[in-house]
Amino acid sequence: MLKKIDVMNHGEKVLQGNEACAEAAIHAGCRFFAGYPITPSTEIIEYLSEALLLQEEGSFLQAEDEISAMCAVIGARWGGKKSMTATSGPGFTLKQEALGYAVETETPVVVVNVQRGGPATGQPTFSSQQDIYQAKYGSHGDYEMICLAPASVQEMYDFTVKAFNLAERFRTPVILLADEIVGHMREKIQIPEQIAVEEHTPVKHCDKPFGRNEKNIPYAVHFFEGHNLLVEGQLHDEKGRRIGHLADKSGVFVGNLIDKIRKNQGDLVDIDHEFLEDAEVAVIAYGTVARSAKRAVRIAREKGIKAGLIKINIVWPFPEEQLKELAATIRTVIVPEMNMGKYCLEIQRCLKQSNVISVPKLGGIIHQPTELLHIIENETGERGR
Amino acid sequence: MNPLIERYIKKDSLPYIFCAGCGNGIILNAAIHAIDELGVKEDTACVSGIGCSSWIPPYLNMDVMHTIHGRAIAFAEGLKLSRPEKNIIVFTGDGDCLAIGGNHLLHAANRNINITVILVNNFIYGMTGGQKSPTTPPGSKTKTSPFGAFDDPIDGCGIAMSAGATYCARWTVAHPNQLKKAIKEGIMHNGFSLIEVLSQCPVQAGKSVFQERDPWGMMEAIKSQTIPYKSWIPDKPAGKIPIGTFKEDNSRQEYTDKIRKLKEQLRGMQKETV
Amino acid sequence: MKMMEISIDKTYCKGCGICIKACPKCVFAMSEERQSFGSLIPYPAQKEKCIGCKLCEMLCPDGCITVE
Repeated sequence: MLKKIDVMNHGEKVLQGNEACAEAAIHAGCRFFAGYPITPSTEIIEYLSEALLLQEEGSFLQAEDEISAMCAVIGARWGGKKSMTATSGPGFTLKQEALGYAVETETPVVVVNVQRGGPATGQPTFSSQQDIYQAKYGSHGDYEMICLAPASVQEMYDFTVKAFNLAERFRTPVILLADEIVGHMREKIQIPEQIAVEEHTPVKHCDKPFGRNEKNIPYAVHFFEGHNLLVEGQLHDEKGRRIGHLADKSGVFVGNLIDKIRKNQGDLVDIDHEFLEDAEVAVIAYGTVARSAKRAVRIAREKGIKAGLIKINIVWPFPEEQLKELAATIRTVIVPEMNMGKYCLEIQRCLKQSNVISVPKLGGIIHQPTELLHIIENETGERGR
Repeated sequence: MNPLIERYIKKDSLPYIFCAGCGNGIILNAAIHAIDELGVKEDTACVSGIGCSSWIPPYLNMDVMHTIHGRAIAFAEGLKLSRPEKNIIVFTGDGDCLAIGGNHLLHAANRNINITVILVNNFIYGMTGGQKSPTTPPGSKTKTSPFGAFDDPIDGCGIAMSAGATYCARWTVAHPNQLKKAIKEGIMHNGFSLIEVLSQCPVQAGKSVFQERDPWGMMEAIKSQTIPYKSWIPDKPAGKIPIGTFKEDNSRQEYTDKIRKLKEQLRGMQKETV
Repeated sequence: MKMMEISIDKTYCKGCGICIKACPKCVFAMSEERQSFGSLIPYPAQKEKCIGCKLCEMLCPDGCITVE
């Protein structure tokens, strides 16, 4: 249940994206953080190493490795504390097995991935959006992931709170897919006086602790509440007993993991858009690239070009129906990304009637608004001739 | 079913997944007796990783996490840090704790965090079908050492103690009462405790390590290789495995106590500044 | 000395034989009876010899023995 909570140190502030994320975590009720320093996410662990120990219920662990950090966070969540970890490319890869465990055991934790260029050590101090598929498909097996992409320091704050709320509500790990630019950028933000936070209401006398409610979501239970929980990494029934050797029950269980996201997908849509009413060309973007896209679209409008913008905030699950509706009349869709053009494949699959153009960018730098403007002009100009 | 055991296990999960004569059931018995005699069932959670030994706690009618390979100690540390007042027991195996999860053992021992690790050493990878483990004796012909194992075995107790574990004991399953006592001491000890249990795997280790497939025969064979020690001596007689309580040190501060004290200090300072 | 009551749970006994060899007084022997997995089940053949040390209880890997 969402509960309004007063924020002590609200008001206008100049914060770095990573700091805003850490601050938001504390406000959202995060009381445990485990992490391992990695560029460009390190400011989050630095900030929380201080802030959490100043909290009455707070605890902090600088883990021996990325894997341990992810595991400790899951352990702490079952201990009853909202928990988070933060990392970047190589660390995100190392966390994948435990992340899959969190999905399978339906553990609500938040994982921040401040993306850097890859593969391998890649570009530690440069930005990218190359982990967009890893965020969804990184761990083995079938599952659905909830994943948010902030584009500003304000959104680093807002989306972190949202990530905690969605994690608690859907009993699943949620990924905040930031990037180096938004992580290291300093901006003025407004910390609200009140935020809505999903609160844990303990379930009493529950003989099927992993049973599901009408929305296909399991109960909010944790250890030491007298449930005698068995948190099991093998596929399990509502009592936690393994069913991995039973094909029919196993199929139902994995189906439930997927359905609890897919069937509630309507609650998981977060799209900003502007100038779509009469737009002939639209830029669809997420994360920091959406900022360049916004600028390009606004300049285009000033020049009289019928351009529009769609900014996707919850990138996974993919907002298929909503995107189809929004872009129904748009002839040309431009998808700029700081990767080889990955998310564009989803958009191409979804918007079959539109001409979907991928604008990939590698090398760790963001698209300039003028670059995108040229593409918008080219696309509309060609049709004009 | 023994009434005490029955009280502590989920009867609808029976029979145990373990092979006939496996030492895991005996370790489960010892743990149940220890928890029962201390009366700490409601305040204790168990964590395990992957492997035969990690199937010990899922039968317990308690809060249990059956996690991923090698990371049981990492999960347990998070759980302990979130609930410092509770007892956390980790069940792990020689592969789980000393191979894939070795790093977590080192760091948890160094932190002296109050968790009790029961390391079940059966000298083999049993669940995957009898491959060499970090503790397999040299010369053993396993599925992955067909010409005889040539890696020197790892000493779990030695590693844990040198990393800073403050309670350390080793027994075999043929010493059930001593094992029970060690588990009790481990739970009561305020710091990182490691209890290594030498156990029999009559199916896999019986075939490739001991050439003796009778469970009791293996238990006697393991027992005959051991030599009782009152404290840790690094130089041990050739071919012998020391058993006993090697270390019980209450002088080092426990990790969650450190955090608690630091937080108290910080709160005091905050009040002063206000 | 009081005669001990020894019972073996035939549902979960796997017939590993540890109790037979571990008992210091050789109380147990293998019966002709098989449980559902097909292995033979031990039985307390010489109950009168039992001294109540309960080693069998501790050493039964399947928690099947009760000595009262």
